[in-house]
Amino acid sequence: MSMTMTQKILASHAGLEEVKAGQLIEADLDLVMANDITGPMALPIFSQMADTVFDKDKVVLVPDHFTPNKDIKSAENSKAIRDFSFNQCLTNHMEQGKCGVEHAILPEKGLVVAGMAVIGADSHTCTYGALGAFSTGVGTTDIARGMATGKAWFKVPSAIQFHLTGKLNPYVSGKDVILYIIHKIGVDGALYKSMEFTGEGVKELSMDDRFTICNMAIEAGAKNGIFPVDEQTIVYMKEHSVKPYEIYEADKDAEYEQTIEINLSEIRPMVAFPHLPGNGHTIDEIEKEEPIYIDQVVIGSCTNGRMSDLRKAAAILKGKKVANRVRAMVVPATQKIFMQCIKEGLLEIFVEAGCAVNTPSCGPCMGGHMGVMAKGEKCVSTTNRNFVGRMGDTQSLIYLASPETAAASAIAGYIANPEKFGG
Amino acid sequence: MKAKGTVLKYGDNVDTDVIIPARYLNSFDAKELASHAMVDIDPTFVQRVKPGDIMVAGKNFGCGSSREHAPLCLKTAGVSCVIAKSFARIFYRNAINIGFAILECEEAADDIEEGNQVEIDFDSGIITNITKNRQYQAQPFPPFLQKMIAENGLVNYVNHQKEN
Repeated sequence: MSMTMTQKILASHAGLEEVKAGQLIEADLDLVMANDITGPMALPIFSQMADTVFDKDKVVLVPDHFTPNKDIKSAENSKAIRDFSFNQCLTNHMEQGKCGVEHAILPEKGLVVAGMAVIGADSHTCTYGALGAFSTGVGTTDIARGMATGKAWFKVPSAIQFHLTGKLNPYVSGKDVILYIIHKIGVDGALYKSMEFTGEGVKELSMDDRFTICNMAIEAGAKNGIFPVDEQTIVYMKEHSVKPYEIYEADKDAEYEQTIEINLSEIRPMVAFPHLPGNGHTIDEIEKEEPIYIDQVVIGSCTNGRMSDLRKAAAILKGKKVANRVRAMVVPATQKIFMQCIKEGLLEIFVEAGCAVNTPSCGPCMGGHMGVMAKGEKCVSTTNRNFVGRMGDTQSLIYLASPETAAASAIAGYIANPEKFGG
Repeated sequence: MKAKGTVLKYGDNVDTDVIIPARYLNSFDAKELASHAMVDIDPTFVQRVKPGDIMVAGKNFGCGSSREHAPLCLKTAGVSCVIAKSFARIFYRNAINIGFAILECEEAADDIEEGNQVEIDFDSGIITNITKNRQYQAQPFPPFLQKMIAENGLVNYVNHQKEN
């Protein structure tokens, strides 16, 4: 056989010996997730197909987008999924103060492990590929059907192999890697495909780096991003989960549409300019031009709100002040991360520096609330999209960057090289 | 099944944030969503669109978020079909799942202009540009997906499967 890692997971979940790219299959799902935007819309569709969920251990609803509820309509939506969660006796009930941003909380609570097939009604569900799982974003009708039947239809994807070598330099992290890759292949460079990361460079990437990289696979159009399971993955899973995991490996002769060599040592801090994640520039290119003055910095989200992200931002912000003209907000992605920040003294560093520290929420990333921008304002953000109007007014501008670049920019007041603000 | 209408044309990478911005996602009422369709890329869309109109765009249409509100608001606004060079994958499956017609056709996406009168025959995949008197052949859907579109979406398909 000659299957990719993704194809092997899909074959096993479809009860097939082998699948080929382009084949349409029905797969059994191990986890089905929705949030407070997509969940409420799915409930009336769900009720056209079933009265009870297919498995109360395998359906999870996360209130994270407009929470803490920004208005009455949002409160009604949160209430709809809360009531459903209790009425269906879902094993994993999520609530503000006890959870966090969906793609950070699911791995942290051990709900996703290697070998699983997961769908989520959120495009960044591809994050869990970091754990060696197949996971992908779908819409509301798919998720309603998944909740009702535990099944989804897929067209088996072909794959692009990213062969990683070398080692990241200081002040370069997973965000720079994925911005570099999307810049290289374009925002539809992996359309309908898997992005499979391989090579000796994998071991040089932390789990948080891998979550960030897989998180933004969708920004290259991919169906999923996936990393092989190694010792780091196993340590992470043992620390967070009691679920049995299954390790799938691509066949030696797996067919890839393309192999792209990525030398991690050569990657520089990257910034994606408005209005596409593929519009990347290296920090060196930026430094040669006139400074780009900014109004806002956001450090957080399902892309970069994890512990190592906040540690790196804090190392740069320690003992420094956010520039006068800038407002900076730090949003730990989960309550556990929030608590760890308290224990390690990071909250003190952020507050002393003049950052607003917000409760876990997706709010500012999609212009929902808690960080919406006015006309003409510019933001350096560790989030994942810089589309027109994404964070507020259609004439506001978003520059996507790593937590370290964002922290350095908050201090400088313009897009800055983290190497020069070293912590 | 056929569609006929006037073309509204857009470029590459029309994302779901401009099709329906997140600030309106505290509702999933189809009519309310439709009243804000395309507002961040074309504030005149809602006034201009007429039932049956056809949207034509470049590559990677519907990239970004998984919000099914995006195809739903276009369908409810009266758009009968989107023709694009390519679709982002979640938009693609969401459209099929709600029975909203989409077609991939690079030649049509390049040649058709704003305001052209276009007719689509979904059975054959033939797109006729009445204004320019030209025809284009779109990629046909695999039979599984044709069946789902014919049954007006995934819910009917699933319920029909249960009955058998």
